[in-house]
Amino acid sequence: MGVIEDSAMLDDSLQGSEGIDKQFLAAPVKSAVDKFQLLPEFLKVRGLVKQHLESFNYFVRTEIKKIVRANDLVTSRFDPSVYLRYKDVWIGKPSVVVDGVTDSLTPQKCRLSDMTYAAPIFVNIEYCNGSHGHNTHPQFKKDVVIGRMPIMLRSSSCVLYGKDEDELAKLGECPLDPGGYFVVKGNEKVILIQEQLSKNRIIIDTDKKGCIQASVMSSTEMTKSKTIIRMEKEKVYLVLNAFTSKVPIMLVMKAMGMETDQEVVQMLGRDPQYATLLLPSIEDCASIGIYTQQQALDFLEKKRKKSMSRFGKDEGALGVLRDIFIPNIRVRDNNFHLKCVYVVVMLRRMMDAILNKDAMDDKDYIGNKRLELSGQLLALLFEDLFKSMNDQLKFNVDKILAKPSRSSRFDVSQHLLKDSITVGLERSLSTGNWDVSRFKMHRKGMTQIVTRLSFIGAFGSMTKISPQFEKSRKVSGPRALQPSQWGMLCPCDTPEGEACGLVKNLALMTHVTTDEEEGPIISLCTCFGVEDLSLLSGEELHSPSSYLIILNGLILGKHRRPQRFAKVMRELRRAGKVGDFVSIYVNEKQRCVYIASDGGRVCRPLVIADNGISRIKEHHMRELKDGVRNFDSFLREGLIEYLDVNEENNALIALYEGEATHETTHIEIEPFTILGACAGLIPFPHHNQSPRNTYQCAMGKQAMGNIAYNQLCRMDTLIYLLVYPQRPLLTTRTIELVGYDKLGAGQNATVAVMSYSGYDIEDAIVMNKSSLDRGFGRCIVMKKISAAFQKYDNTSDQFSSPRRSQHDAEKTQILDNDGLASPGEIIRHQDIYFQKECPVDPKGSMKSHPSQTPYRTSKQTYKGAEGETAVVDRVALCSDKRNNLTVKFMVRHTRRPEVGDKFSSRHGQKGVCGTIVQQEDFPFSERGICPDLIMNPHGFPSRMTVGKMIELLGSKAGVSCGRFHYGSAFGEPSGHADKVEDISETLVKHGFCYNGKDFLYSGITGMPLQAYIFMGPIYYQKLKHMVLDKMHARGMGPRQLITRQPTEGRSRNGGLRVGEMERDCLIAYGTSNLIYERLMISSDPFEVQVCRKCGLLGYINYQSKTRVCSTCKNGDNISSMKLPYACKLLFQELQSMNIVPRLTLAD
Amino acid sequence: MPKVPLWDLPELPKNQLPPHLHLQKTRVFCNNDAPTHTENIHYSGAYAALGIDNSLRLDEFKKNFKVKVIKLNEDDMEFDLIGIDASIANAFRRILISELPTMAIEKVLVANSSSVVQDEVLAQRLGLIPIRVDPRLFDYMSENDVPNEKNSIVFKLHYKCERGSGERRTVYSHDLKWLPFGSEYVLPTETSSDSTSKPKTYTSFTSSQDSLLEFSNNPITVTPGIIISKLGPGQEIELEAHAVKGLGKTHAKWSPVATSWYRMLPEVILLQDIEDDDAQKLVKKCPVNVFDIEDIGKGRKRATVARPRSCTLCRECIREPGWEEKVALRRVKDHFIFTIESTGALPPEVLFTEAVKILEDKCERVITELS
Repeated sequence: MGVIEDSAMLDDSLQGSEGIDKQFLAAPVKSAVDKFQLLPEFLKVRGLVKQHLESFNYFVRTEIKKIVRANDLVTSRFDPSVYLRYKDVWIGKPSVVVDGVTDSLTPQKCRLSDMTYAAPIFVNIEYCNGSHGHNTHPQFKKDVVIGRMPIMLRSSSCVLYGKDEDELAKLGECPLDPGGYFVVKGNEKVILIQEQLSKNRIIIDTDKKGCIQASVMSSTEMTKSKTIIRMEKEKVYLVLNAFTSKVPIMLVMKAMGMETDQEVVQMLGRDPQYATLLLPSIEDCASIGIYTQQQALDFLEKKRKKSMSRFGKDEGALGVLRDIFIPNIRVRDNNFHLKCVYVVVMLRRMMDAILNKDAMDDKDYIGNKRLELSGQLLALLFEDLFKSMNDQLKFNVDKILAKPSRSSRFDVSQHLLKDSITVGLERSLSTGNWDVSRFKMHRKGMTQIVTRLSFIGAFGSMTKISPQFEKSRKVSGPRALQPSQWGMLCPCDTPEGEACGLVKNLALMTHVTTDEEEGPIISLCTCFGVEDLSLLSGEELHSPSSYLIILNGLILGKHRRPQRFAKVMRELRRAGKVGDFVSIYVNEKQRCVYIASDGGRVCRPLVIADNGISRIKEHHMRELKDGVRNFDSFLREGLIEYLDVNEENNALIALYEGEATHETTHIEIEPFTILGACAGLIPFPHHNQSPRNTYQCAMGKQAMGNIAYNQLCRMDTLIYLLVYPQRPLLTTRTIELVGYDKLGAGQNATVAVMSYSGYDIEDAIVMNKSSLDRGFGRCIVMKKISAAFQKYDNTSDQFSSPRRSQHDAEKTQILDNDGLASPGEIIRHQDIYFQKECPVDPKGSMKSHPSQTPYRTSKQTYKGAEGETAVVDRVALCSDKRNNLTVKFMVRHTRRPEVGDKFSSRHGQKGVCGTIVQQEDFPFSERGICPDLIMNPHGFPSRMTVGKMIELLGSKAGVSCGRFHYGSAFGEPSGHADKVEDISETLVKHGFCYNGKDFLYSGITGMPLQAYIFMGPIYYQKLKHMVLDKMHARGMGPRQLITRQPTEGRSRNGGLRVGEMERDCLIAYGTSNLIYERLMISSDPFEVQVCRKCGLLGYINYQSKTRVCSTCKNGDNISSMKLPYACKLLFQELQSMNIVPRLTLAD
Repeated sequence: MPKVPLWDLPELPKNQLPPHLHLQKTRVFCNNDAPTHTENIHYSGAYAALGIDNSLRLDEFKKNFKVKVIKLNEDDMEFDLIGIDASIANAFRRILISELPTMAIEKVLVANSSSVVQDEVLAQRLGLIPIRVDPRLFDYMSENDVPNEKNSIVFKLHYKCERGSGERRTVYSHDLKWLPFGSEYVLPTETSSDSTSKPKTYTSFTSSQDSLLEFSNNPITVTPGIIISKLGPGQEIELEAHAVKGLGKTHAKWSPVATSWYRMLPEVILLQDIEDDDAQKLVKKCPVNVFDIEDIGKGRKRATVARPRSCTLCRECIREPGWEEKVALRRVKDHFIFTIESTGALPPEVLFTEAVKILEDKCERVITELS
């Protein structure tokens, strides 16, 4: 959305209200600045899926270089002079190599021809082929491709980056499409945002038994481990995976060189409470008789799980303490002091929690969570693949070097493998399985196909956050709405059912951070008076006069004036000296200052206020409007800053400028940004019962409408389109921001809220037939059918032109001369749409000449509903991976609404069409207005969707005065939602009743109705569930091969099952013949020959026309009877297991 | 209420309803909460207890029935139907919407369409274009009829947006060309061997339609200015559209009216004298200026009902508590302000007379069935 257009709109609304809004004019002039304009500006700069793009850009620009630099050297085991060193790495432009020719790629090309949108990963290498050869000098090679990286659309490596609308149109791309996904094998895949607990942070909580524990999930480049310090029966233990059982904590302290108990107690603090709590542990340690470091290490060595070493060398218990026990605290020169301090801090926090339950951490608190985005996840995968590629390289080189005599010249650079990275990345993206063996990570379902059912659905999958918990757990805590979610995660948008509350969505303004360098921050901190930890004595650690400074879970030191320190740091951030997303959070309870610069924190922009006065003034906004400013300049000048969830705790945020007091530090930009893109479509959501908004969030993704500007050029498997989509009469600001007004998914229907005809019970709606005739609710369903020309060893499938004179000429009439259905032809059930010539024997034709190979014709017939007239929309030819020619047919079917189709308003009020009524039978108003549909008023009282009523009023006022009305969430005070009073005034001005109720005449009797009817336009969505796709009945039909019973399911034209419960009913009712008919006659009757003597099954010998029992070897006592085939099958299966079922017959 | 002996009650006037019952019989009361007395009382013995015959008398009806044309132009018409029952007025409305035949495009033969509009949608759009032709000159086409000059009209649309132009072009309804000779498309079953005789096309017109008297100097057109599609450079639409006669019942495209409706004549009564400030207030309240102020001397003002007909029943005047006792909004049950918006096939006044004819036919059919 352009700003110019938007501001014009705003002007419009101002002009429109000029006449009416006298109140507005009379109101005292407030200094409040309309900050709404910041929002489109924000979205212009950041985009709606910026978190994905930023994360991917970070990966491509920075992280990939880091990974390669960390693993840059590959040396041969046999000959150390043979090596290969990566000097540089970068990602090129998306391209594909076809027959040795590099061809540039566009996303649309990839979608259409099932390719992967990927770019080559280039490296510069330096290598040496060893002293064996003549050349011992290092050799250099530039621009070596080591693999192909799938490229996120609209990222900095994408061809769409920075393109304007015209250029995008030329590339076949929709300008409103947000990007942020990958195209893998023609499928659009998005890597879901993964929610996780913060890494490297101390979390105090309780375990299953109720013991209080402090846990740290450590994650470094090398290892990932979980360290737990637990208070059990008044004693403190360490629980670590590397040890077979829990270990007394004092023992660990001793093992780390803190041999005296006094030191520990001193570090813990002067307060005797802590010492008392630690006493049992100290006694415990003493009772085992361990006093020195060596004793402790020996003890630990016994407890250590053997074969734990994954680092080549086994370094004993000390190694475990160094590398697996809180590995995020680095140990230099075996100096364990920092680790001791960290343990003591953990102990202290734990004891705080014991003494005071408030000090417990909340696992569900958003500040304790990190969101993993596609960049990080790809980095993980790439690192693993890169390492295994290097391992493989090393292995291959070693294998060659191990050979005693080498004939050819050896070149290390020739052994670089290109495929492993390409294939690995592609496989992970298309299956969604992340398997990183190094970290024991096996995660499934990480990627999802972008839902292209509706435009807003695509947004939904881009903002979706998938949970860390398994969905089956019956816990309410993680599912509940967190207060800290405010402004970061949408409170409405979550699925119903098992994933309720676990799967979340980002709010409109949320930003997810990427990693930032710690080094400069550390040196800044020391500059501003942080006293280094190693210089402090134990007692000083918890001295009451100063605060601990913790950067990303790493204890930096102490500061005597924490508030001042925080203020200085924040000023630096506002001045742009520290990254925008570095958060500084003073926790007074824990006496800590937390500085966070790690990736995955959620944050959002807020306006800075000094003493309650906003820094943004009128002239700033004017400059923004004039285009002199943009969002970044607001950031640069320190008018706006990003706060993460933790730092929000230090801020006092006013909702509106007018409400700011002297203590206020920040002011919200717009309150409706707490909702996400999906919930933003709902007008007046703050007037609805909250579950209704949640339902709408789910339903908006199923609504039909426009998908994208390039929707008619797409070849998706299934596309639902609306023929005449409209822009909602009652819009919201979010709608304009995301572009829903350009790619709507619904129509403004005139709705009368009344009961009519009795076919409107249970939320069914009555529709006007004339409206349907004129195009209301008409939709297009497009399905893709593929066919392929196979290639065999030396033959291949060939085009075949249909012979018109054949007996099936009727069925082949839509075929062109090339055997493919031509676009625009009407295709009916059983029509042949594809015909080709296949070699009769694809393998055995090696010897014969190609011209002599016998061919047979192979056809594909269309299976649609009988009587449905679909049309071949498009036919596309492309080649697939193995260079086979693939033909894709899009078959289009236009449908008008029928009884049973599902419709919904934007307030979670879904209903099916109950009946369709002629226009003359419909009620009409004094002005001749006839509703498009009638909705039963019983839908209102229990649902409490007042928003829908206001939408009706607002739309009615909108159509009568010719101005789009607004209904943004919480928008009344800021003018982004029209007030009901104003709407009523407009209605009255145009001769309607203030409450929206009209005087209606019955179309049947012609007399006035005995009530005023609430009537006006409401935006209605047509949902993808249509009877045509679901209705099913069968008489005779296919049967299963084994049991000879009718098949199951609509797709197989299956029967309707009389299940256990239905059978029970029939038994209880006593209709034995019906049961017999259902379960036997209409299912799988079978006539068997039973031997009365032995009770086993015999057979009819059709040659001699005699019945024989094969056990008795005669046919004397054979009777024939009817049996379900499944029963006969059971007997035979039992016989095969040496069980003899015998039938005893009676008459 | 004081007790009054029965014999002291005033004599009821013979053959006349008491005023409140009369009001209930003839008016709809549009109260603030809901309209009341909306139903008509048809039963002849409804007031038998009062000794009043409620049956409908033909001479009475003849005497009272009036039609007053208020507005009439090419497309729209507004007239008053006075002295008629709602059921009959409604019957006219229903017939107008769904039972008057018109011609509309039913079959579209698409020879080439490369526009973005899908063929089905294009056909639907074409179907809804009103054709300006008197449907009475045509016959219905039944299932096994062949299209001929008496039952179908053929239009041609051939529009191309040149590739070089670089801009989009809009196809309007007036680009449809009437083909008086019928279809130009040759049936695919026809072999082109006998070049001497005319090849068989999709229609079998025996003569040209423009040779008919009605169309000789009055070519058949459609309503101009309706957008059919938009074409990008290089796109083309070539099609033939066949219009046939049909009823609005089957599909809204055959409805001869955009809509047609009536409303009952509004009646606004001031139950009390509303003077001075209240009068001002009342005048201000009404968004459609139903009320006026008249001077009653001595500088006093009184509200009057000047334009009751323009009342839209917004109920603004009786919205505030207390005002319902001062102002009464009513509708006259037997006075209908009838509006017809024609789509252009026939002028509205003809439409109405046609509707009357159809109702007549229906009545006759019932009578013959009964007798």
